[in-house]
Amino acid sequence: MKQRSHIPAFLILATIFLVAPPSAFGGNLKKVTFLPQWTPQAQFAGYYVAKEKGIYEQYGIDLVILPGGPDNPPCETLAKGKADFTSMFLASAIQKRSSGVKVVNIGQLVQRSGYILVARKSSGIVSPQDLNGKRVSLWSDFQLQSLAFFRKYNLHVNIIPQTFTINLFLRGGVDAASAMWYNEYHTLLNSGLDEDELTAFFFDKYGLNFPEDGIYCLEATLKRDRALCAAFVQATIEGWKYAFAHPDEALDIVMKYVNEAHIGTNRVHQKWMLERMKDLISPQEVKTPMGVLREEDYNLVSRELTLKGVIHNIPSFGKFYVQCSGKN
Amino acid sequence: MSSVPGKTKRKKLAFKISLFILSGTTCIFLAAFGYNYYYSRQLVLKNVEENARNLTLAAVNKIETTLSGVEQVPRFISSALENHQYSRNDLLQMIEDILLTNPDIFGASVAFEPFAFHPQSRYFAPYKFRGKNGFGLHPPEKEFQYFLRDWYLIPKELGRPVWSEPYFSEGGGNVIMSTYSVPFYRVIKGERRFKGVVEVDIALEWLKDIVSRISIYQSGYAFLISQNGVIVTHPKRNWIMRESIFSIAEAAGDSDLRKIGKDMVRGNEGFVQMQSHFTGKKSWMYYAPLPSIGWSIGVVFSEEELFANMKKLNWAVFVIGSAGFVFLFLVIAWISKKITGPISTLSLKTADIAKGNLDIELPSAKSDDEVGELTTSFENMRMALKEYISTLKETTAAKERMESELKIARIIQMSFLPKRFPPFPEKDEFEIYATLEPALEVGGDLYDFFLVDENHLFFSIGDVSDKGVPAALFMAVTKTLMKGIASQGLAPSEVLGRVNIELCRENETMMFCTVFCGLLNIKTGELLYANAGHNPPLIVRAGREPELLTQAKGVMMGIREDTTYNMGKYAMERGDTLILYTDGVTEAMDRDKSLFATDRLLTIAIQNKDLPLEDLASHIIKSVKDFAGGEPQSDDITILAVRFTGGG
Repeated sequence: MKQRSHIPAFLILATIFLVAPPSAFGGNLKKVTFLPQWTPQAQFAGYYVAKEKGIYEQYGIDLVILPGGPDNPPCETLAKGKADFTSMFLASAIQKRSSGVKVVNIGQLVQRSGYILVARKSSGIVSPQDLNGKRVSLWSDFQLQSLAFFRKYNLHVNIIPQTFTINLFLRGGVDAASAMWYNEYHTLLNSGLDEDELTAFFFDKYGLNFPEDGIYCLEATLKRDRALCAAFVQATIEGWKYAFAHPDEALDIVMKYVNEAHIGTNRVHQKWMLERMKDLISPQEVKTPMGVLREEDYNLVSRELTLKGVIHNIPSFGKFYVQCSGKN
Repeated sequence: MSSVPGKTKRKKLAFKISLFILSGTTCIFLAAFGYNYYYSRQLVLKNVEENARNLTLAAVNKIETTLSGVEQVPRFISSALENHQYSRNDLLQMIEDILLTNPDIFGASVAFEPFAFHPQSRYFAPYKFRGKNGFGLHPPEKEFQYFLRDWYLIPKELGRPVWSEPYFSEGGGNVIMSTYSVPFYRVIKGERRFKGVVEVDIALEWLKDIVSRISIYQSGYAFLISQNGVIVTHPKRNWIMRESIFSIAEAAGDSDLRKIGKDMVRGNEGFVQMQSHFTGKKSWMYYAPLPSIGWSIGVVFSEEELFANMKKLNWAVFVIGSAGFVFLFLVIAWISKKITGPISTLSLKTADIAKGNLDIELPSAKSDDEVGELTTSFENMRMALKEYISTLKETTAAKERMESELKIARIIQMSFLPKRFPPFPEKDEFEIYATLEPALEVGGDLYDFFLVDENHLFFSIGDVSDKGVPAALFMAVTKTLMKGIASQGLAPSEVLGRVNIELCRENETMMFCTVFCGLLNIKTGELLYANAGHNPPLIVRAGREPELLTQAKGVMMGIREDTTYNMGKYAMERGDTLILYTDGVTEAMDRDKSLFATDRLLTIAIQNKDLPLEDLASHIIKSVKDFAGGEPQSDDITILAVRFTGGG
């Protein structure tokens, strides 16, 4: 089906006003917009919680969270100045930066890749080698990690495009599919597949950790008001910490956003997602502080992008990432 | 005191009867009740399953009819597209015709592979839908990558028509829709190549109506889940399109529901017990697939309602059973009281009777049953006992009187016999000793001795036939006659003859007696003797074998009047001992009924021949008694011993 939704005119208008300097509106709070890269779900619980718990306000921010989704690509929206901050996957952001969009990572949230390949054990797939010659569906935007994986294990797979859902895999159209551990993987469980019926390939286990969600803004925004960026990152991290410490309350907040956006999801799914986000944002084995992008992760992702010919020049780490966490 | 055990006994019996009957009845009742419960439950379940199946399958058929009607349209278009290249306008007209002729279809589209419709256009997928003001048209947009939509990609990859998962219609219409997409192909250079997808969207409101109309009982409800298990219709509105049967199971930690869900999405049919997380009640569910679309309908009804009538029935049965139980208990209590009441009264009375109170009044037998019979029997027994005891009293009195008379008779009888030893202390020519060991009954043994003159000692021993008082009297008579006649100084044979004549005279009782008598000249040792059928006496002499005085044997006295007796003669020497005895000695019997016999007597006499006579006699008697062991002495034992110490 076609989700041909358009951003309503009033929202566009509102966005135009919002990007204006807060001082123009008087008061102490700075009006700021944030666009999550997808529809409301626990993947963004930290933002919703920080907003609902007034954490942004404490940091002098009056935040408007814009509706994310397939029709609102974050980088474009950022580039057009329709949003101050957005959340993006690291690989996408490097790609954008390399292609000339001056996006800056001001806080890396996810430390461990949640992107996985999943297959039915019944199709005989239990190890990477078993994928050889199989039909594997990949999201066109997020193929890099899988392709690096196939190359690493010298696998020749029949790549099928993947839609926004995992239904093709559920109907048996492909042997393996891409999935986010916190999302589609649970959708499979919630469609009647048991965990022991599935093989999941976690790329960080295969030396291909592409950390995903990070906070991005335009370089211009950072230059103009670095304090605001730092406040936003700091407030967001606090929001996440609060969400992990109070999962039930966080879920209530997430479900509020979910319901307002008429998203067909449910609480157990969001609960799973929140728990997995915790695993990804503050994994037990990684001691990196929240909000910090590790250079080795950056280099790994950049190298793979270059190898694949997706990018031709690796943006300098110092330009790409400006630490805004832990300073205020 | 005596009433206490009686009462306990009655309670015990009544208790036992009640316990056995009531526990038996309870077992039967419970078994019947259990079976009835189980069977009626199975019956209800079977009926309900049947009912639910019919309802569900009717709904499934209705839905399937509509869905297969919808399926026909894109299938037809798809096959038409395989053979013809249509212009843009033709296609738009075709799509509009679909909407015109199929009110169930909300929108339709024909979407082509990149450049398949026109070599210059990458996207071609005109979509027409029912707008508020006639049909609307979405032209293909560059941004709109329909190649990456489920409705396009899944049929393409699977190579077959596919119903999509349900979704909400656009524009916030909150209408649930599903898309049916049929891939179409074209044969190019002998190869069948995928060219695009024909799809129709249908709103599922009508489906909701059909499903919601399925209802069983008050709180029964039906729901529909998609192939992924997503709730499509459900009385709980905010579950629709949000929850799946698996998410509900996960939220509730209900692994059974997950199993049921798996079976449902696999397209199976079933009737299962489950916990409804909607009503919160224990429920049953019938589920069946919608084969064309791959979804599943579940019809749920609460067990409480399902078995409500049965529960009522069971309750009624239970109440009736309990009332019956109480009634039975009362009846048993009454019957057992009726039975045990008279029995316990009887038992009390008989306890009194046992104590000897035979005049006690027994309750009259009111019924003609066993208890009545028992009462009558007890009464008869009491009367018989009473009579018997009074007779017994009389008899005992008579017997006691007789016994005392007999005792006196015995004393008198014994007093006849000389008992003073030595009887003649001034005489040193002889020694004499006699003893009579009376039997329990009055016997007829006799002995006597006296000096007829200065030089002659008369002695006799006898045994009257029979026992008892007549024998005693006969013995007294014989002894008296003997003494009277022998005192005249007659020879022993003459004495016996005369006594015999006297005894035979008017001897109507036909009694008789054996007698041995002797007359010893105490100066010379000459012994004259006669024997009327008595045991021959034993003579023990110093330095010689003992011998029996077997001569001069005659007939017992009291039989024939004309009997004459011979006389024997024996010369006793100094130290000779004559031992007279009755058959109480020789015919004493041991336990094996063997006799003491003369030989034993001889042996004992020899062994003890030098003892004083008294000791000799008591030795003999002791030997007889030892021989008899514990056997009661049936006859008098009499021994008379004479030792000649004169002469030389």
